[in-house]
Amino acid sequence: MVILLSLSPEPGTMLWTSIAFLVVLGLLKKFAWKDILKALKDREEFIERSLKSAEEAKAQMSGLKADNEKLLAEARLEREQILKEAREVKEKIMSDAKLSATDESNRLINAARAEIEKEKNQALADIKKHVSELSIDIAEKVIRKELSDKTAQQALVDTYLNQSPAN
Amino acid sequence: MSVIQSHTRNKIFKVLAFGVSFLLFGSAFASGGSEEHSKKSFNAGEMIMHHIADQHQVHIASFGENHISIPLPILLVDDGLKFFSASKFYHNPVQIPGLTSHAYQYENYVMVDEHIFKVGTDGALSVENGEVSSTTLKPFDLSITKSVFGFIITGFLLLLLFVTAARKYKRNKNQAPSGVQTLIESLVLFVRDDIVVPSIGEKKADKFLPFLLTTFFFIWLANMLGLIPFVGGFNIMGTIGVTVILALCVFVITTINANKGYWMHIFWPPNVPFAIKLILVPIEVFQIFLKPIILMIRLTANITAGHIIILAFVSLIFIFGESSVAGGYGVGAGSLIFMIFMNFIELLVAFLQAYVFTLLAALYFGSAVEEAHH
Repeated sequence: MVILLSLSPEPGTMLWTSIAFLVVLGLLKKFAWKDILKALKDREEFIERSLKSAEEAKAQMSGLKADNEKLLAEARLEREQILKEAREVKEKIMSDAKLSATDESNRLINAARAEIEKEKNQALADIKKHVSELSIDIAEKVIRKELSDKTAQQALVDTYLNQSPAN
Repeated sequence: MSVIQSHTRNKIFKVLAFGVSFLLFGSAFASGGSEEHSKKSFNAGEMIMHHIADQHQVHIASFGENHISIPLPILLVDDGLKFFSASKFYHNPVQIPGLTSHAYQYENYVMVDEHIFKVGTDGALSVENGEVSSTTLKPFDLSITKSVFGFIITGFLLLLLFVTAARKYKRNKNQAPSGVQTLIESLVLFVRDDIVVPSIGEKKADKFLPFLLTTFFFIWLANMLGLIPFVGGFNIMGTIGVTVILALCVFVITTINANKGYWMHIFWPPNVPFAIKLILVPIEVFQIFLKPIILMIRLTANITAGHIIILAFVSLIFIFGESSVAGGYGVGAGSLIFMIFMNFIELLVAFLQAYVFTLLAALYFGSAVEEAHH
């Protein structure tokens, strides 16, 4: 009897239970579940978004790093290029300078040599003139002395005459 | 983390141990007291049924003949509304000739085994074969019983817990949970991700989540409330009047939301020969009603059974105690261990039944809104 009675639902219990349940369900739905479920979903999305953006930032970072490296390599290459060019320019300038210096010195040397030659020839000419004058003087003196005697003069004339091709 | 866990575990253990020992000694006092007066031998079945049945008071403790209990309001529809406290009944026990059960009288109403009857025109209650005769008038009883009271308390606790948590969620947007949030978050996520979404599907789950979450926490908390000693030994989900409402809600929501495919499967199952259809259709139609009824009975029976087992261990002590005091103490020690064990099992069952009810309800909803896949 007791078991059967306890198994049959009491109308009062059912009435109050359904009212209480529906009220609690309505209040929880409005003031709790909506906010809690939304907050949970929002947070999940937020975390997912954050992870995604972190991943993107990482990718961007590695991209930037690669870019930097590329830039660095380019800069290094450019520096090398510039240095190389500078070296070449230096060498060229140096060789040019050397070349022009040689030319100049050659020209100077040649000029000097020409001057020296000229001076030497002048000197030689001077000396020749001087010597000829000197020898004429000497010869005049010798001849003057030799031709003071008539016989000696005749002898000389004879010599020259003998030697002449008219013979 | 593990510190907190072991702390909680210790607390639970303390509460349980305390509760069981109370159950043991509190009842011992009560039983001892009544024995002196009535000299009635201990009736385990009566005691257990008395404890699991719904009552019109919340019994807290008994010391001899002094009962500490909260009388609940009685509301009767009988020539207008009759509204009075249950203490009016409990303060006036009467002996009805030919009736073994406890009876109480107030004005024209007699309460036998917590059921209220109206006395006949002669001012007496007619009794047949040791029971109140079936022809006796019964006023329409809309009283707030112990289970209803417990149910309302559970509702208040739920509101307190989840509205507080919701405020916190609103305030700490996109932040790690703290305080009451940590308490409910894993459970809410468990219900959402492990029960509702797999059963109904991501798209349609949102529609049913509020009901299923409310049901889950209602059942769980009500079951837990029934395990706490000193608060009346509520048997909320073991009361059929309560579970029938939950089952009815499941039935109504399933039926309202059911799509064409669901009804097709019931009234005209595809790819089935005609002769088989004749057999299958009545079975399917029967099943529509059977499913929620099974939900209801499973929950009620499980929770009631748990209470019965614990009470049976208590009864053992008195059964043996009646023959010898030493036997009572000896069996008491053994019973205590079993009761502690059973209380742990009941903690599990409290959660498990909430889980099973919610899962099956979610599966029914899922089958009702399932997209056609033929």
